[in-house]
Amino acid sequence: MFEAVSFYLFAFLVIVSFWIAVTTSQALYALTALAAGMILISGFYFTLGADFLGAVQIVVYSGAVLALYAFGMMFFDTTRDVKEKNPNKLIVGTLAVLSAILAIVILGAPIVSDNIVALYPDVESVGNIQEVGIVLFTKYLVPFEVAAVMLLVAMIAGIVLAGKKMDISLTKLSDEEIEKYKREELV
Amino acid sequence: MEIGLNHYLVLATILFAIGLYGVMRRKNLLMLFFATEILLNSVNIGFAAISHYYGDLTGQMFAFFVIAIAASEVAVGLGLLIVWYKRHNSIDLDEMTMMRG
Repeated sequence: MFEAVSFYLFAFLVIVSFWIAVTTSQALYALTALAAGMILISGFYFTLGADFLGAVQIVVYSGAVLALYAFGMMFFDTTRDVKEKNPNKLIVGTLAVLSAILAIVILGAPIVSDNIVALYPDVESVGNIQEVGIVLFTKYLVPFEVAAVMLLVAMIAGIVLAGKKMDISLTKLSDEEIEKYKREELV
Repeated sequence: MEIGLNHYLVLATILFAIGLYGVMRRKNLLMLFFATEILLNSVNIGFAAISHYYGDLTGQMFAFFVIAIAASEVAVGLGLLIVWYKRHNSIDLDEMTMMRG
């Protein structure tokens, strides 16, 4: 009963906020609606017993990703309306529906074939966070490390792309050019 | 009324459709990133629901990796977007036609 109430409440709120995020012409409304939707999605994770995933959703999405987007929006004029050119609504709608049907087929295919076996079944008597830790650091250790390296690469890329004067490579410059840059910074 | 796996899958599909609609509709690059986040989140809901109803943690693991990839996508994408904005003073997708796509 309560599960049904929470499911329909969260589903309604998430759909409404994501719809606002997609259709509004104000960039700030889109950002806030997206943040609301991200936090509301974690409600599903808590309902589904994936506590750690819900916490990560709040911390990473609502905290880091949306703070980054808010930072990115400081570069742009957010007061003016976002202009959207929409040549043919029919094509867009048809493509969206077709892709959604494709997605449901993809998600439904393993359910139709009834021979799913749980690879890493739930362990009794430990909570969700312990389970996640056990599976993540045994079976998924290599993908975990690869993801860590990927995040490091992304961090360096972000710093180099957004930082000031980081596009100048000191190793490729001659001594005179380095001296010139030094003098420019002092002035 | 019992909430089953299909409820969650239908919800994930609705959110995926909303995200796709946004991706095809938006011409502003930042708004396009918002729509991609919606796509990734809808898939995560599907993973978490399957993980719960089959008693299998693999779905949650995939959701974690999707979140990690989304975070790095945002970092690199926003960096590129800032560079583009500094050079061209606009993030309109219609003006990014250097490759004549």
